[in-house]
Amino acid sequence: MLDDKDRIFRNLYGQGDWGLEGARKRGAWDGTKAILEKGRDAIINEVKASGQRGRGGAGFPTGLKWSFMPKQSDGRPHYLVVNADESEPGTCKDREIMRHDPHLLVEGCLIAGCAMGAHVGYIYVRGEFIRERERLQAAIDQAYEAKLIGKDNVHGWDFDLYVHHGAGAYICGEETALLESLEGKKGQPRLKPPFPANVGLYGCPTTVNNVETIAQVPDIMRRGAAWFSSIGRPNNTGTKLFCISGHVEKPCNVEEAMGVPLRELIEVHAGGVRGGWDNLLAVIPGGSSMPLIPASQCHDLKMDFDALVALKSALGTAAVIVMDKSTDIVRAMARISYFYKHESCGQCTPCREGMGWMWRVLTRMAEGRAHKREIDMLFEVTKQIEGHTICAFGDGAAWPVQGLLRHFRPEIERRIDQYAANPHPEPVRVAAE
Amino acid sequence: MSVRRLAPPELQPKEFAFTPANLAWARQQMAKYPDGRQASAVIPILWRAQEQAGGWTPQKAIECVADLLGMAYIRVLEIATFYTMFMLVPVGKKAHVQVCGTTPCMLRGSQALFDVCRQRIHHDPFQVSADGNFSWEEVECLGACVNAPVVLIGSDTYEDLTAASFEKVLDGIAKGKRPNPGPQIKRQMSAPVGGPTTLKTVKA
Repeated sequence: MLDDKDRIFRNLYGQGDWGLEGARKRGAWDGTKAILEKGRDAIINEVKASGQRGRGGAGFPTGLKWSFMPKQSDGRPHYLVVNADESEPGTCKDREIMRHDPHLLVEGCLIAGCAMGAHVGYIYVRGEFIRERERLQAAIDQAYEAKLIGKDNVHGWDFDLYVHHGAGAYICGEETALLESLEGKKGQPRLKPPFPANVGLYGCPTTVNNVETIAQVPDIMRRGAAWFSSIGRPNNTGTKLFCISGHVEKPCNVEEAMGVPLRELIEVHAGGVRGGWDNLLAVIPGGSSMPLIPASQCHDLKMDFDALVALKSALGTAAVIVMDKSTDIVRAMARISYFYKHESCGQCTPCREGMGWMWRVLTRMAEGRAHKREIDMLFEVTKQIEGHTICAFGDGAAWPVQGLLRHFRPEIERRIDQYAANPHPEPVRVAAE
Repeated sequence: MSVRRLAPPELQPKEFAFTPANLAWARQQMAKYPDGRQASAVIPILWRAQEQAGGWTPQKAIECVADLLGMAYIRVLEIATFYTMFMLVPVGKKAHVQVCGTTPCMLRGSQALFDVCRQRIHHDPFQVSADGNFSWEEVECLGACVNAPVVLIGSDTYEDLTAASFEKVLDGIAKGKRPNPGPQIKRQMSAPVGGPTTLKTVKA
């Protein structure tokens, strides 16, 4: 288990003071001026050396992302935008940072802003997190008052930080949709290129980072890249907040080393699978967009980027959704499809039409009211959605269905057989509709 | 995507204007963004309009916000219909209950909460209860999955619910005594039940 001294989020459960004084006692805002004085390149190189990869789902190396920002301003301001639109089903880690350790985020914004030449930062909080954004605003107010941020602050890098919020659209977690929303429009993703580092918020160079990514940066800078990269393994370094939900005895959030065994997460921290380890059916390892992993592959699974990619899944946001053998797996995945149907922004046809189609077919399959040839048809449709939309939403909605078909096809066939074996007055419908 | 329409004309109030306090607040919000980019503030300001209008967004409020921000009506109208936290029909006077139905909550028994809503408030979502005090809807992931099942009422989440504890929360609201938000079982926020497994050496 990760040693307490190696944890970054030491007020994860709100057991201590969230405010400036409490945060300072836990080490925040310590030596920030010296960090900024190292200069842009040194900060970016340190973050690169730490091997930190973005904590928001895609796992893009943070330092590299920052280095895409123009070195010299061409007159346009640079912006830092923090993605706190945490809406991926299963994920509830950024919420804990915002309400229990907001100063880590505020300090991280200042450092990141300095590293990319930005004097203004916006934090886009999802609409449902009302108390969380109030808390975050209170922390920012404290930081302004103590002259830690703002104009002529004690750190010597002018930086204004604003809290912005959405109003219930999952798609705004996609970075370009978030920028659209922040500009006061519908959250519909933009085509890339141009990438936000060149043309982002208000047409200016912008970098969008996840809350956890930014909140880890002060500790990386204070303790050094070597410390961070000593945790985990190459390409999968550092600590990570894991959210363990679903059929476990004690669902919880916990900060652990990257690469922690899944079984340790579930048994040590979450009290074990309901009914014992052998009662495990499957887990979704990284939020609802990631393909599920059946119990047979879970025994010695290590939770990091590369290990999960090897199983055709991904770490995503590290939100582990555990399902025991009592789960109606087809119905559970159909509900995820409903989520994507509800949240599709409607811009691209494969996604707008495909989401509802997949949901309707899966709902019939859950009852067995389908033909076996439709299983292949469904798989084919997921492949036609994947990669054929402006943003990754289409992929994220297609993958969980592919995961279901890959691992639970016999279960769907069994239901179809069972339904067909019993006489029904209504004929079975075909997917073409 | 979901198809959302404005409430029918007979439900729409004739006019809407911000209170002076809300107007001052709105101007503060607009100042957060660079000159000429005041449209950025549309979501926070429309939200405030919704709060002022009693928990839902009438057409006149949409137009009022558009005028304030110098936006075309259609631009604010599409914000109101795109973002699902803008309620387009009147909601319960005391509470609009948003129950999460997404898979993590579903696995932890959100179905029982929907049953409570159907029996106690109205059979259908977005319908106001007979006494006019409550309404409910199914929402997508509320982002408190390790505390599932979860409902959002006003600004607060009620977590780790069962049918019985959910009834208690609703009872409290009905009596005008809003219960404490957060986990409705003995638990420190998102720590495991029975106490954290980590951070034991960290002084609070």
